Amino acid sequence: MRRFILFIPLVIFIGMGAFLWKGLALDPTELPSALLDKPLPAFELPSLLDPERQVTEADLKGEVALVNVWATWCPSCKEEHAQLNRIKAEGYKVIGINYKDDREKADIWLKKYLNPYAFNIFDDKGSLGLDLGVYGAPETYVIDAEGIIRYKHVGVVDQRVWEILRTVMDQLKQSGKVSAE
Amino acid sequence: MRYLVALMLVFIPLSVFAAIDTYEFKDEATRARFHTLTFELRCPKCQNQNLQDSNSPIAADLRNEVYKMVQAGNDDAEIKAFMVARYGEFVLYKPPVNETTYILWYGPFGLVVIGIIVLVAVSRKRKRHESEVDDLETHLNKDEADRLNDILGKGEHK
Repeated sequence: MRRFILFIPLVIFIGMGAFLWKGLALDPTELPSALLDKPLPAFELPSLLDPERQVTEADLKGEVALVNVWATWCPSCKEEHAQLNRIKAEGYKVIGINYKDDREKADIWLKKYLNPYAFNIFDDKGSLGLDLGVYGAPETYVIDAEGIIRYKHVGVVDQRVWEILRTVMDQLKQSGKVSAE
Repeated sequence: MRYLVALMLVFIPLSVFAAIDTYEFKDEATRARFHTLTFELRCPKCQNQNLQDSNSPIAADLRNEVYKMVQAGNDDAEIKAFMVARYGEFVLYKPPVNETTYILWYGPFGLVVIGIIVLVAVSRKRKRHESEVDDLETHLNKDEADRLNDILGKGEHK
């Protein structure tokens, strides 16, 4: 019994060590989205390239899609742009939210680096961004055909992240087909 | 003396707060409420600062949102719910008491209780140990006492 008591500090040490070790691998800047499994917030904003056209949350429904929050002032957005072009080439739908940006600059950007977006929502005041809980561009969401947010990634979408997103999208497409039949 | 005062003036910080906005409030109570709220709400971007301190654009947006809501007469709970709905419970520097935060709120008290139990157990054990030692000395019979005295070199030398 006395022997056993001697080992208590060692047990406590190992327990704390395990927790702290796990803590090292966690990224504190990655917050869970409060909107996960909730529908997109209601909005009405102009399209980026066609200012006359008003876009609402209804326009995002109907198909599993990637919703990418970007801006020309955001260097990481430039980094991921080529990947977004590849995603479009693979046949996945990408919708853009141009967040607190300048229309002219965004226009030039899309001409220069190609346009992977089916359409862009021009959110110059950041009101949609606020309702989505955006705290730093780029942010990327996966929405299902009903416009419900199923996944959120904060930061650059690279090949590794895209593989995760693609798995989520493929699963959603698969389950969508099953429920439609 | 004059130089000393001048020297001290050099050390007066000119800008105490990191972020200063010019907001006009409808009354003092609203101003106080705005200050408490921006003090208790956490900036989602720069995680160790509250909305009041942070200079990041998102913090400015959220301050603006809080301002609009206090001016419109929304109560504190409504404003907090608005923020939590968008950014999660992360934004509350003072987390609510629920199943996931019980350990956070009551854990320290639990540790104090465990500490007290260990302390009492240890001191009781020591007390018992000491009284056993006493017993040994007082319960020796005549022969044993003589022998002990012999060994310790006490008593009469023959």
